[in-house]
Formats: sequence, structure tokens, C-alpha cells
Amino acid sequence: MSSELFYQPITSLAAALDAKKLTSVELTQAVVARTKSVEPRVHAFNSFDEADALAQAAASDARRAAGQSRGALDGIPIGLKDVIAVTGQPLTASSKMLKNFVSPYDATVTEKLRRAGAVLWGRLNCDEFAMGSSTENSAFGPTGNPWDTSRVPGGSSGGSSAALAAGEAIATLGSDTGGSIRQPAALCGVVGLKPTYGLVSRFGLIAYASSLDQIGPFARTVEDAAIVLGAIAGHDERDSTSFKTDIPDYRAELTKRKGPWKLGIPKEYFAEGLDPEIGAAVEKAIAFYKSQGCEIREVSLPHTQYCLDTYYVIATAEASSNLGRYDGIRYGHRSTAAKDVVDLYFQSRAEGFGPEVKRRIILGTYVLSSGYYDAYYLRAQKVRTLIRQDFLNAFREVDALLTPTSPVPAFKIGEKADPLAMYLLDIYTIGVNLAGLPAISVPCGFTQSGLPIGAQLIGQPFQESNLLAIARSYEQGHDWSAKFPSL
Amino acid sequence: MSSAPQLDINHIAKLARLALTPEEKEKFSQQLGDVLHHIEQLAKVDVTGVEPTAHASPVFNVWQPDVARPGLAVVDALRNAPAQRENMVVVPKVVE
Repeated sequence: MSSELFYQPITSLAAALDAKKLTSVELTQAVVARTKSVEPRVHAFNSFDEADALAQAAASDARRAAGQSRGALDGIPIGLKDVIAVTGQPLTASSKMLKNFVSPYDATVTEKLRRAGAVLWGRLNCDEFAMGSSTENSAFGPTGNPWDTSRVPGGSSGGSSAALAAGEAIATLGSDTGGSIRQPAALCGVVGLKPTYGLVSRFGLIAYASSLDQIGPFARTVEDAAIVLGAIAGHDERDSTSFKTDIPDYRAELTKRKGPWKLGIPKEYFAEGLDPEIGAAVEKAIAFYKSQGCEIREVSLPHTQYCLDTYYVIATAEASSNLGRYDGIRYGHRSTAAKDVVDLYFQSRAEGFGPEVKRRIILGTYVLSSGYYDAYYLRAQKVRTLIRQDFLNAFREVDALLTPTSPVPAFKIGEKADPLAMYLLDIYTIGVNLAGLPAISVPCGFTQSGLPIGAQLIGQPFQESNLLAIARSYEQGHDWSAKFPSL
Repeated sequence: MSSAPQLDINHIAKLARLALTPEEKEKFSQQLGDVLHHIEQLAKVDVTGVEPTAHASPVFNVWQPDVARPGLAVVDALRNAPAQRENMVVVPKVVE
């Protein structure tokens, strides 16, 4: 365990704050100082507002002093991916298109974190419009993995995972459309949770693929993730896909829910393309659960091989529609080279979007275009039904599924130039988004060369309490999160 | 689905209101050709009688009372406008 404040979990810091051994201003100052010291190497932030953070911290200290603490998150610095709106702060989606955009309102998750007393800290780098698996698609430059800054932190929420791993925040929020929380969590050695679709409001989240996007936490421990999830979950009438359900006290449920559980191992997730060191680490995790009395069953998700294609049809179709709003008229980049109003759309979009965003808009426009809709989009939506049924069938037999999170550990910045090779990195995570399920990546070891490995647990819809308890039982038997990168 | 997908990049870019350079057109055509070739395997799935899934949330037909509520103030709504005048967004001339 590190003695550094910025490496402590929320649970320890909240206890110290409550015991008056620490103030939020001291904690925030430590995080700010750490950020300034490592940012030249990590570049996890697009921007941060030190004065604003310290003012929030002072307000938190005043509440605690008055006996009005709002709970475990009061005074804790939490970083937000730069696709989540915070009033008066930049909101860029790491795109030139929104380079100068300042958010006029708060996302629902932002409001909820404020209500919980959290110190909102910084705008975290990501792939442009959350499209990518490495954070290399940011218009403002790549983020370095704190374990080896010549490597990627994963993506698209790579700033969120890197900032946490480097001690530049105590927890962070990301968004996950095809693995964008879980994969960077795995590559940076932290916990990352993608909640069930509909559990967390998407209001104020810049839309990529609306039927797949979901906001979730990055944290040092499963218990910390449970605390942040409890703060951000819940029905919101401003998101019509938000689900009306009682939000349990996820943290309290952790200790109430005890195994042994039935865990399914989907055989399709251990096929070719999986790095042998990652395969071995996940096998050890399976052996651990077995030693704890859990029943391990091999299950089959027969449509797994179609997940990637289904995802890239649906996600790009939705993206091409969602990104239609960036036309240079009401907000965002406006070209000065256009000769008329229609040309203004063409030129503003050409100048504002980066290559991966353009590729996905083109692909999405194509699969929705006249004559191709049935063959691609409608067919993909039907295959999506089959993919979801595969998971629901497996859940008749088991409580959760255990898989690798990513087929490979963190790779070198610039190593994967081919879009298709990059898309293949999402093979273990995208099925979860298509099926709308909750899933968590937990640290499960290191490669010989010292790069973090993550294991993914996939849960039943709205059964986050079980999922977190299953993840925690693994975490309690291991000390992977006690290791920190040397920066 | 045909076995050899053809993406007419000029037509699609026009639909997407996206100006592409000749280099982008060539590169994207080749890269997306590879991706489309991969996507072709969806044609192998038997989807007879399968209903499409638009999203995985068990929520349908969400209604809200049609009541006016306070929204963004004009100054906030126009805060990010590339050009504005007299509480309006300025755009190039659309009618001759």
C-alpha cells in the first residue's frame, strides 16, 4: 500500500476526512500537485481548473466542519471524461470540432456528483467523440500509459484510466460504448465498471452510439466503484432510456452478498488471438474462484463471432446520425472557407472532424443508405437480438461470466495503424454493450514486462450488486491494486 | 448482401455532408472496403423470424406531460454560437 494521499482509495480518504485527520483542500492540493508533476509525461487531461477545484474542496471542508457531510464522496476529487458536461467548463470530446465549446449545463451524473459533494476535477482526454481503443484519436495528442508512457492507456476513456493509475484523481468517470471503460481499466491496472444500459442517465453525455453508450466509474477498488456507482445511478426523465428501478446501497450490499457463485466461462472468449500471458492470468482467476467453492461451468455464446460486425454496423449508423448535429451553425467549429450555407456544412465538418470520426460517419452513412439498410442495419439489429439471447440463455445456468477484458496488454503508441486491427481489440467487450449488460474489469496480474492485465466479469441486467460482490471476492484474495507505477 | 461490397465514396460523402480530399477518399475506400468485407459475414446468420433489437433497455413509449418548463437562457444558448447578432445565430445567406 502506498502512503501517498493520491494513491489512497475513497474509503480510506473518506475515513480520514471524517476523522478530521485530513481536509479536502489538503487532498485536492496533493492531487493537483501530482497532476502538475506527471502530466508532461502522461497527458491524461485536456484541461483542469485548479482554482475551481480548490473552491469546491473548501466548500466541502466547510460542510464537514458544520457536521453536514454528504457522505463518502464529499471532498473527493473525481475526474470526468471530456464527453460529460460540466457547467462553465470546456467540453471538447477531444475534437477540434468542439475545441472552444464551453458547456452551458451539467450532465445528470455531474449534478449527482455535486450533490454527493465530490470535487469535480479536470476534463480527461479520450479518443475523439469516444471513437477508438487507444486514446490516440484525440485531436489534442495521445495519453501515455502510466506503467509505460510509450504505450497507450487503452480507450476510448484512456485519460480516465491513466489519470487514476497515475494518482491524478481519486476516481474518474468514463463512458463505455464497446469497451471504452473496461479495456482502458485493464490496460492501466484499475477497476472499471460499465453499468447495465439504462441504469445511469446519459443526459449531458456527448452521444456516440446512443443505444450502446453508458457512463460508469473507474476506481482503485471494487468498493470505491460501488460508492461512485451509487452516486450516479438512478432514473432521470431527461433520458428516455433511463430505467425506473430502486438503487440499492451498492457498498452495503458488498458485504451482504456472499458466494459461492456459479460462474460461466464462455469458450468462445478463449480462442485464437488471446495473448498467452493474459490467458494464463485469467485461468488463475478461474482457479481462485474454484478454490473458493464456486461452481465453474463452460458455457457457449454461439454468436460471439458476429459481435464485432454487428457492433460496427450499429455503432457507426448511430454515430452518423448523432454527429449530424455538428454543422457549424449553432455551435462547434465553423469554416471560414465556405462559399454558401451548404458548403459551410461540408467544410466545417471536414475541418472539425479527425480521420477516425470521418471513417465512422462514412461507414454509418453507407449502412443506412438507400438499398443497404435491410442488408446491414436491420440485419445487424436482428443479430443483436441473437447475441443478447445467447447471454440471457447463459444466465439461466450461471450468475456471471468470467473472461479476459482485452486480448492484448497495452501496446506501443502508433503500433496499430490499421483500423480493422484496432477494432479487433474490442472482441471481448462489445457483446456486453450490444446486450445492454453490466460488466466490470478488475486487475488480475501483470505480464512479465510489468504491464497490467484485467479480467472481465459480466453480470445479469441490473444485478450490479451481485457483480460487484463477485468481483470483490476476487480482489480480496489478491493484492494487485497495491502495486503502483513508478512515474 | 453481395460478395463484393462497393462503397461509392463520393455519393456517401455527399450524403454525410462531408468534404473529403482525394487522399482521404482513396484511403477510406480501401480501409472501409476491408471493414465491409469483414461485415459481410453477417449474411451467414439465419435471422428468419428474429425481431430486431433497437436497444437493450426494457423501456418503451415514454410519455411526459406537455408542460412548458424553464430552459436555457438565451445568453447560455448562444454562448457557443460561432457568430451571433441581436440574440440570433448569424448564418450565411440562404435565400437570394
